[in-house]
Amino acid sequence: MADLSVNVAGVHFNSPLIAASGTFGFGREYNNFYDLSILGGISCKGITLKKRLGNPPPRIAETPSGILNAVGLQNPGVDHFIEKDLPWLKEQNTVIIANIAGNTPEEYAEMAEKLSNTNVDMIEMNISCPNVKSGGVQFGTSCESVGAITKTVRNHCKKPLIVKLSPNVTDIAEIAKSAEAAGADAISMINTLTGMRIDINTKRPVIHNNTGGLSGPAVFPVAVRMVWQVANAVNIPIIGMGGISKWQDAVEMLMAGATALQIGTCMFTDPYAPVKITEGLSEYMDKNGIKSLGEITGSVVPW
Amino acid sequence: MNYDAQKFLVIKNEEIAAGIFDMLVENKALASIAKAGQFAHILVPGKTLRRPISICDADKSCLRLVYQVKGEGTEILSKVKEGEYLDIIAPLGKGFDIKEDKRYCFIGGGIGVPPMLYASKMKERPIVITGFRNKDLVILQSDFRKDNCDLYLTTDDGTAGKKAFVTDVLKEKLGEIDEVCACGPMPMLKAISEICNENNIPCQVSLEERMGCGIGACLVCACKVKRNDGSQDYVHVCKDGPVFDSKEVVF
Repeated sequence: MADLSVNVAGVHFNSPLIAASGTFGFGREYNNFYDLSILGGISCKGITLKKRLGNPPPRIAETPSGILNAVGLQNPGVDHFIEKDLPWLKEQNTVIIANIAGNTPEEYAEMAEKLSNTNVDMIEMNISCPNVKSGGVQFGTSCESVGAITKTVRNHCKKPLIVKLSPNVTDIAEIAKSAEAAGADAISMINTLTGMRIDINTKRPVIHNNTGGLSGPAVFPVAVRMVWQVANAVNIPIIGMGGISKWQDAVEMLMAGATALQIGTCMFTDPYAPVKITEGLSEYMDKNGIKSLGEITGSVVPW
Repeated sequence: MNYDAQKFLVIKNEEIAAGIFDMLVENKALASIAKAGQFAHILVPGKTLRRPISICDADKSCLRLVYQVKGEGTEILSKVKEGEYLDIIAPLGKGFDIKEDKRYCFIGGGIGVPPMLYASKMKERPIVITGFRNKDLVILQSDFRKDNCDLYLTTDDGTAGKKAFVTDVLKEKLGEIDEVCACGPMPMLKAISEICNENNIPCQVSLEERMGCGIGACLVCACKVKRNDGSQDYVHVCKDGPVFDSKEVVF
């Protein structure tokens, strides 16, 4: 079997496949399907300083080749995560990434500080959640605010810091450059694209939040384009995500410039997707004499 | 608990009432462990999300799934032919907790009737109340009769059985009941729950919500519940339910 390991910001991953935040909880459920060490890492459900109830249901709608969701960051809070979830997660022989979201830069900083004193491997700063009224995406849509919050959190964060970017911006490469300049160790992208569905019988939006975040195969070409643009703009590694559902997508996202990958929605369709994508990637590497995934990263030959 | 997604052989998939289909799928390993009130999460060819369908009945080799065509996904499902295979995660969720020494009343409304069939089989001659909008939507009466239930049929317009709501029958039977299990539309469940509360009868309700992963990881199928300390919280239909104590549920 080929060597699927990758290194992101000094952290070693046995596989480039990381479960995307919000699709995988804190890992316990999918551990009933397979050993979590099949994954290179887990980006945990987004956590906030205090417990959050999230949005009223319905929180999900289907779209052509995708889904809209608006969970609204339901989570038990950072202290609960550190006490109850992290110890178990750290026994699963995979990289554990804490995903944090806040209402203010100070909240992000406080969580980063708390998590820096734990054995969590990395921190992913979510400034791209489209489904909460305050916190999240308002920090992620201008170069100034991304730079400012990244700098604040960087000062309180002793772990490798990933900044997760929103695709709902005019120029994602400029945003990524701001994050890099302010001290981000890696970029993860893309979060969901804002979307909406309406029930034509009731005239009501299908999702109670009215709008939601679009994910799944529908967003894949958008994600590939954005990863490619950012890869050409920054020198820090990119964790690429957005609609990857088969090994061919994984190769394509790596070629666009990603060093590692996150997958999410595809596991709702097929919980065994990570196993299948891993096998497919490995066979692809063997067949093409590829020794390291780094050979694929950014190997696209643009016209 | 371990979860698994496996192939199920479609033995039967036929329309038994207007837009309602009766499907029998075979997989010995997974069918044999299904409990009343649990559900099957079915991969519909070409769709991103699986469709959660309550288990109507189960034996050592097959799951029986009775579902209504409500949208594109169930429409595709209704066209699946005998001999084809479906990828299904099952059994999922927390089913009914049916105690040995109690007398039960099982109540189903509309497409909430199917899960009551398997549940009713857990007891000897239980009371079963089924309600439908009209005669065209009546299902499973002969199945309940075959299992020797004390069966009641109501319709909203009186075109089949008694012109009444299931709650009208429930009120007449209260003296013969120790516990109620119910599945159906939210207003019906709310009304049943209120009657049970007034009469100190425990009541389990099976709920429905738009679902994602089906196992409790994605948190989309939220259900609001009351905690003992008076606070409210969202739990999840797929993992914490679909069956809940009606006293917990904020209707």
